[in-house]
Amino acid sequence: MLRIDCPWCGTRDEVEFSFGGESHLTRPTLDASDAVWSDYLFNKDNPKGIHFERWMHRFGCGRWFNVARDTLTHEIHAVYEMGAAKPDLAVKDPDS
Amino acid sequence: MTPSPTNRLTSGGRIDRTQPLSFRFNGKPLQGYSGDTIASALLANGIGTVNRSFKYHRPRGVMSAGVEETNALLTVSGGNGDIPVVRTTVRALVDGQLIKSPSGFPNVNFDLGRVLDFTHRFWAAGFYNKLFKWPSWRWYEGTVRRMAGLGKLPDGEDGNKYFHHNVHCDVLIVGAGPAGLAAALGCANSGARVLLVEQDHELGGSLLADGAQINAIDSDTWLSRTTSTLEDAANVTVMTSSTVSGYYDHNVLTITDRSTTGVVRFWKVRAKEVLLATGAFEQPLVFENNDRPGVMLANAAMTYVLRYAVKPAHVMVVATNNDTAYRVAFALHDNGVRVPAIVDSRENIAEEVSKEAGERGIPIMAGSVVLDTVGTKALTRVSVGRLSNDGRSTVDPTSVIACQGLAMSGGFNPNCSLYSQAGGSLRYDAQLACFVPDEEKACRQRVTVAGAANGKFSLADALTEGARAGSTVTGEAGFACSPAEVATSALGSYHLKAMRITPTGDTSRQWVDFAHDVTVADIELAVRENFVSVEHLKRYTTVGMAVDQGKTSNLNALTLLAELTDRSVEEVGTTTFRPPFMPVPMGAIAGPQHGDFYAPARLLPAHDWHVDHGAVFENYGPWKRPEYYATNGRDRETAIREEVLALRRSAGLFDGSPLGKIEITGPDAGEFLNRIYVNNALTLKPGRVRYGIMLSENGIVIDDGVFARLADDCYLVSTTTANADHITAWLEQWHQCEWPDLNLVISTVTSQWAVATLAGPNARTLLQEIESDIDFSVQALPHMTLTTGTFLGMHARVQRVSFSGEMSFEISVPALDGRQVMETLMNSGGDRITLIGIEALTILRTEKGYLHVGGDTDGMTNALDIGFGGIVARKKTDFVGKRSLLRGGDQRKDRRQFVGVEPLNDNEELESGAHFITSQREGRRSQGVVTSACFSPTLNRVIGLGLLEGGFARKGETVTVFDDGRTFDVRITDPTFYDPGGEKMNA
Ligand SMILES: [Zn+2]
Repeated sequence: MLRIDCPWCGTRDEVEFSFGGESHLTRPTLDASDAVWSDYLFNKDNPKGIHFERWMHRFGCGRWFNVARDTLTHEIHAVYEMGAAKPDLAVKDPDS
Repeated sequence: MTPSPTNRLTSGGRIDRTQPLSFRFNGKPLQGYSGDTIASALLANGIGTVNRSFKYHRPRGVMSAGVEETNALLTVSGGNGDIPVVRTTVRALVDGQLIKSPSGFPNVNFDLGRVLDFTHRFWAAGFYNKLFKWPSWRWYEGTVRRMAGLGKLPDGEDGNKYFHHNVHCDVLIVGAGPAGLAAALGCANSGARVLLVEQDHELGGSLLADGAQINAIDSDTWLSRTTSTLEDAANVTVMTSSTVSGYYDHNVLTITDRSTTGVVRFWKVRAKEVLLATGAFEQPLVFENNDRPGVMLANAAMTYVLRYAVKPAHVMVVATNNDTAYRVAFALHDNGVRVPAIVDSRENIAEEVSKEAGERGIPIMAGSVVLDTVGTKALTRVSVGRLSNDGRSTVDPTSVIACQGLAMSGGFNPNCSLYSQAGGSLRYDAQLACFVPDEEKACRQRVTVAGAANGKFSLADALTEGARAGSTVTGEAGFACSPAEVATSALGSYHLKAMRITPTGDTSRQWVDFAHDVTVADIELAVRENFVSVEHLKRYTTVGMAVDQGKTSNLNALTLLAELTDRSVEEVGTTTFRPPFMPVPMGAIAGPQHGDFYAPARLLPAHDWHVDHGAVFENYGPWKRPEYYATNGRDRETAIREEVLALRRSAGLFDGSPLGKIEITGPDAGEFLNRIYVNNALTLKPGRVRYGIMLSENGIVIDDGVFARLADDCYLVSTTTANADHITAWLEQWHQCEWPDLNLVISTVTSQWAVATLAGPNARTLLQEIESDIDFSVQALPHMTLTTGTFLGMHARVQRVSFSGEMSFEISVPALDGRQVMETLMNSGGDRITLIGIEALTILRTEKGYLHVGGDTDGMTNALDIGFGGIVARKKTDFVGKRSLLRGGDQRKDRRQFVGVEPLNDNEELESGAHFITSQREGRRSQGVVTSACFSPTLNRVIGLGLLEGGFARKGETVTVFDDGRTFDVRITDPTFYDPGGEKMNA
């Protein structure tokens, strides 16, 4: 039960949001190879640690935005708008 | 007159003797008092055997006085029926209650199932997997299922009311024992919002059966003063009869609150800081026949004497490996229970406890362990042996002690379930021989553990640590507070010897897990068969997997596993605790969201009008829609057939209001839709309508419908009813995440418009009789066009779109005007017009060969499989899913493709779900499925649609269909059975 800080509405409970998977994906063009296209379609990052992902404030403003979440601790390190670059997070490796 | 309880003390305890309660146990009338639990009332009446064990059907008695109970899980009357698996050691006795033992045939005192016990050698761990393989599990299942199980669920609703609540607090204190109370006292006036949650109906925890001195007053007085202080503090909320059962991310915890009779409240708490003062569970000793009625945990025996004024037995031996059981022996002795001996596995006993035992004349048998017990329904004697010098065996002679009960203490194990759920790590403390929170390893949550839950088993340590932790967490939450002053002179020595398992005896009769009937021999067998990982051991023997989740068995099982595999307990490790700590009723999780409150129903704008016209409603997604109209009392089949024929013959009126309607507005609206639709959206001229499909990125068809261009910069997208919300969200995602540079707005307008669809050869004539400035002629408004105007004085959009294959007009008016349009059309049309329900519509579209996405397509159907190859090839620009259609696999000719089906024999019953199969010669396998099938009233024969391997090239071929054991032949056809040239539709 995460608490997510919507950039438009403020901090709300997870139940108000929808999860949209990994963010910062680049959609290949039509001339991409089958390998590139299938990597885009089916292979997603699943790190132990910080994951850059998109969420939508479904029962709120309806806006999509990015979240940097630690998959191990569920700590949310950053919330930033769609289209913005990945924030530079100086976060320790959870195993070290 | 019921006989007065035989084991009840005449004074003392926290029961109310002025409030006697009557109840029945297995039909026998008995008496208890207000303040009793069901278990204490049973013990007061001298009931030894309360239940039969899970696997061997051995007689079992009350084992504990808390949530860790493994035996006294009984069926209790309540609400509308009997509730099974009630922990009677914590459930309050209620007047008139009917208590039943769930197992035992013919009854709990004489159980034929006991034969399993006498033949126990056949039923060792894993016996299911080994024994019931031949001839097959089915052969045994009936008998096994009848003999196993913990009771029967009530039929229908259980009569309880269930509610959901949410609450926020600064500090959540779980557990109101000494540590939790000391913590709460400190923050009572800090200003922090404090929530103190206790699963008992009274605060106090171990203090409810103690008698120590706190701050120089007796603990009962201190407890009642503390309780009133906390209840008076404005910032403290006290919840009793409430169990915290789950600890979730970002400090969300769930509470099952049973403080109101007949009501279960399920709370979700969001806490800034959490303090776990959840106490510890006493661990049993393991020796032969340690499961007989009369054997119980030592602190449970003390609780029954001091809290409930019940003697668990008249003569009780105390067996221990630590000092705490001496206080139990003294309490028993001081309340009239004869204690013939304290059997202590330690050689040297501290003087502080041995002296007091001497004063009471209780003999101590040091360096000794219990070997075995005797007695069928009640204990009659125990045998005791002296440990050899190395502690690995016992030396003769064996002593035999006559008794009726045995109180055992193997020391304590912290209740770390919630801490573990929170992500906290545990470490094995060799001195305490138990698992304690590992403070070295950071926990991801804002959580602190104090008191016995943190391995502080003495009252003094628990009070001090609780007070300090209370002030610390309140400070962390941003409020100033100093620790409460609490001090005690109570005896606090522990001196545990890490030995719980008697080293000799028949291991197949030494119980580790009472609830699941797991013995030492089962664990030995698992190790012999190499199940040496703790996770494997648990699953193979089912140790710790019963309803009590191993609160009294996990530690002994791990210790045994370590010994048997020559490892340390630390190396063996422990399994992960998962929610819930205590079972949560399914009703509490569902809350009020069932029946009519399960989901909000969406009604058509003209709902009442449909009711008046005999509509029979059915749920379609969230919508209540007319399935058919039972006009003049006709039955379902007749109604559907007549509706189809009436529309084809003259005209049908259909309420299409739930159809998804999305407006896309802005200079880039066309460009956006062109990237979404398989079809070209840019070439569509204003006033024109086009049928289109949308794909997922994987090329799979996800929706179909028409889209119209209202103006250069405005489109109206129609989606299937069920997909309306999903497609809106999906379009938003593409716009916001992938193409934010496109300038447009997506608005869903489904519920703004009511849609009346008039279709059939007389549709135009009927419309021309209505007051309107719209030209309905085919020249002005041909098929697949749209116009706006005034209809009955209302603003209307009229779209020429057909779902039936007939000439069709979709008239959209503001939602609240929908009823008037339907009514006027019906009145004006008279018997030339008929109302059409969803079922007739389904037949009409099947006759026309229109596919239903999700019905006639599945998660593998791409755009090419439904005949969109030409359109895909003509469109040069990218759209969602296009790249996937270029893959070799997507273009194979043997993919399942959309076809029509007709049985060779006109009367054959064709059902959707039937498989097209290959011939015997090719080796029988499915090559596709029938996706829609119906009897066509129009064509007077059975027709269907389907997905068939290589179907496009197989029209005219005969294929065999398999349906639930039946096979018959069908002809593959074009999907369009009705008016293939489209003359009627284009009229
Ligand atoms: Zn928002």
